Amino acid sequence: MPRPGFVLEVDKSTPPILFWRGEGFSLEKLPADRSRVIYPPEALPGIDDLDGAIRNALLNPIDMEPLPALLHPDMKLTIVFDDASLSLPKMRRPDNRQRIIEAVLDLAAAAGVDDIHIIAALGLHRRMHDYELRHVLGDRIVDAFQPRGMLYQHDAEDHENLAVIGTTDEGEIVEINKRAADSDLIVYANVNQVAMDGGWKSVTTGLASYRCLSHHHNPESLQNTRSLMGNRDHSALHKSIWRMGKVLRDSGPKIFTVETTINTDAFPTPFDFLRKREWEWSARDRATYLATAKSLNRMPNRAKRKIFHGMEAPYGTTSVQAGFTPSVHEITLKNVYDQHLVEVQGQTDILTMGIPFICPYNPEGIMNPILVMCMGLGYLFNMYRNMPLVREGGVVIMTHPTYREFHPVHHPSYIDFFDEVLADTTDPAVMSTKWEKKYAEDEWYRHLYRTGNAYHGVHPFYAWYWGAHGQQHAGRVIIVGGDPSTVRRLGFTPASTMDDAFEIATDVVGRNPTVTHLHVPGVLVADVH
Amino acid sequence: MNRNVRKAQQLAGKAEAAVKAVAKPLRNYGFPYRSPSVPRGVEVPKEPSKLGANYDTEWARKPLAQMARAVITEGPMRLAVRGIANPEVTGVDRLADLTRLDDPPAVIFAPNHHSHVDTGLMIRSIPWCWRKDLVVAAAADYFFDQHWKATLSALALNAIPIDREVTGRKSSDMFRDLLADGHSILIYPEGGRSPDGWGQSFKGGAAYLSSRSGAPVVPVFIDGTGPIFGKGMKRPKPGRTKVIFGAPLWPNDDENTRRYNARIEDAVTRLGDEALSDYWTATRRAAQGTSPLLTGPEFNGWRRQWELGEQRKLGAAGLRRRQKRRWPNID
Repeated sequence: MPRPGFVLEVDKSTPPILFWRGEGFSLEKLPADRSRVIYPPEALPGIDDLDGAIRNALLNPIDMEPLPALLHPDMKLTIVFDDASLSLPKMRRPDNRQRIIEAVLDLAAAAGVDDIHIIAALGLHRRMHDYELRHVLGDRIVDAFQPRGMLYQHDAEDHENLAVIGTTDEGEIVEINKRAADSDLIVYANVNQVAMDGGWKSVTTGLASYRCLSHHHNPESLQNTRSLMGNRDHSALHKSIWRMGKVLRDSGPKIFTVETTINTDAFPTPFDFLRKREWEWSARDRATYLATAKSLNRMPNRAKRKIFHGMEAPYGTTSVQAGFTPSVHEITLKNVYDQHLVEVQGQTDILTMGIPFICPYNPEGIMNPILVMCMGLGYLFNMYRNMPLVREGGVVIMTHPTYREFHPVHHPSYIDFFDEVLADTTDPAVMSTKWEKKYAEDEWYRHLYRTGNAYHGVHPFYAWYWGAHGQQHAGRVIIVGGDPSTVRRLGFTPASTMDDAFEIATDVVGRNPTVTHLHVPGVLVADVH
Repeated sequence: MNRNVRKAQQLAGKAEAAVKAVAKPLRNYGFPYRSPSVPRGVEVPKEPSKLGANYDTEWARKPLAQMARAVITEGPMRLAVRGIANPEVTGVDRLADLTRLDDPPAVIFAPNHHSHVDTGLMIRSIPWCWRKDLVVAAAADYFFDQHWKATLSALALNAIPIDREVTGRKSSDMFRDLLADGHSILIYPEGGRSPDGWGQSFKGGAAYLSSRSGAPVVPVFIDGTGPIFGKGMKRPKPGRTKVIFGAPLWPNDDENTRRYNARIEDAVTRLGDEALSDYWTATRRAAQGTSPLLTGPEFNGWRRQWELGEQRKLGAAGLRRRQKRRWPNID
């Protein structure tokens, strides 16, 4: 029976606590008697017969007819799947999306459906490499559909292949992939790792154009998104997505959503110590930690990334549900919370977090400084329900080497964003009005996005806006172990050690602040009361 | 010259005489040094044969034999399979729900059968969690008809004799016990190698064992071993092969062995289509019931053989250096 998450009050006998430091780890001592560590719940057991569960979900959907009843020979069927930004780290093969799509194809073949397209819902993310497509879909689907032109990736800049479905009451234009818009049925194959994923967001971002996305991916919306993972009523982003979902439901194609939730079993066996609580580390875990941490310290970054991005997570799938999008998503959210939720009493003065080697925007890539900000203030800061873990005006301390390295193929516009935009301003509102259009419409970035494996030119802005609420909420952000000039460019304060960081924080939060550490991995959502 | 010939004849005569002199006393040694003669009118009761289906392979599953087999499998067999068959193994992901368990249950692998290479190829292709405890059902009348063959088959392949015509009570009990002990089984439902390059109808052995034991059947299609070392070939011609694993099948509650066997054959047929076309084409044809049959076209004679050549061009064998056509092109 997996143990639920819990909050540890740190005392003098508490061992040093594990922190991620990018492609490495460190053990940090937290101040006794005024610190607490939030440990995530242990991984829930996965479904044994996943193929059976998927088939059962397709045949017994929620608030929709069974999938076979929706399939007929002369129809246009479009199967859409989440891109490589899920799951993190990547799932051990076979991926859930492959299993779902194969099950759907079996039913489509039985119904005699010929006109099938399979589309990767990229949004403005980079195109997936061939090996990533094969990892997500399996060789069978890629070999059968790609040569026929029936498997491809969404292109948000291919204006001839985009279609406007309608406009929301607030004037937001809903523009999605034309093939999907013209289909008799869309089947969406999803993997849900956190509460923010899935639901109407899948189609309204994954298949959308820049014009459509900019309605909710902007500083105003994201500064007013006060709860990404919890109370969605407090999220301007989600409200916008719901409005778009209503337009889709009223005027768009029929959507059959298949959502799966996964547990937090994110690392293979040699890294067992990552999912254990420090005082439960065995001699073997300690030896593995020491060997890993010491050797990683001596390795070049490139080699470290190769090791970490090469890992495949042995996730278990905790639930599968299919049918009408909002009804399915409600059940998905419940299952996600069952895995992630930890009850926490009260806010804190200082929130500490270790930033890992990966975020949704650098699968197989480099965690550049902008993504460090996005991961810290955009994702980990938002891992709460009700209210943020850190009080308004408090301090956020992150640990990451924050090196000035960028992936030239995946993140070309990030390089210019760092050198040009961040040198000018770190204010999301200012950069939005002054710089965003230039990057969004740049022909070279557009070309790289459409033909190479680059994120869209505007993507670094979106990554930055993602942290807008955290940036506004925190009185100071300190990065421990980062390259000082790079950290300063981000508008944050560099510190060499955790003790230095606590010392620097006293300027903002006084001499005896309370400290809360968000223990990752795995993933947790703090239910703050 | 004549003198030399005469001398040689004399020498040969002397040698013959010497041999006779030595051999003569041997004839004088009788029973008990030689086997006894049987009195007329008496019938000696025959001792049951210890070969064939009666061969006891228990010794081959003892730790020492297992170690020896591990050395053979990871050494010479590995090299031989890579050198001769160069396999491309796909579809193992379909077994993920079983392989990710701490203790995967025993399964029955049911591939098509074209060549002696198939067994080595399968042993090397089957995931490790099953390979270490794998036993191979081998024809009792072929692999266990002589002591040396029986010993070699049992040691190197962990082979178990099976009567290909009838699944006797004794064999089926033995296989059920082996499955219960965690040994997975490799069994060729066709009962033997293909005589003409096309497949044969499946016999019900795998389905029967699965129904009796509850162990799932994993359908497997092997492509390309026929041209490498098919029946009747004197030596192997190295080439490429493909091994495709299918999703495991369990017997349904209301399904008799014949129907279950047909389902297994259909699954292997679909994999065969997948090997020669692609996943989606094979899936559609299977749904429509138009998958090309493993047993080949209905017609006989040279057209059947000609069709085989066309089919092989699509598969792994077609990737090898094209063989010379045996018939002239009459276009």
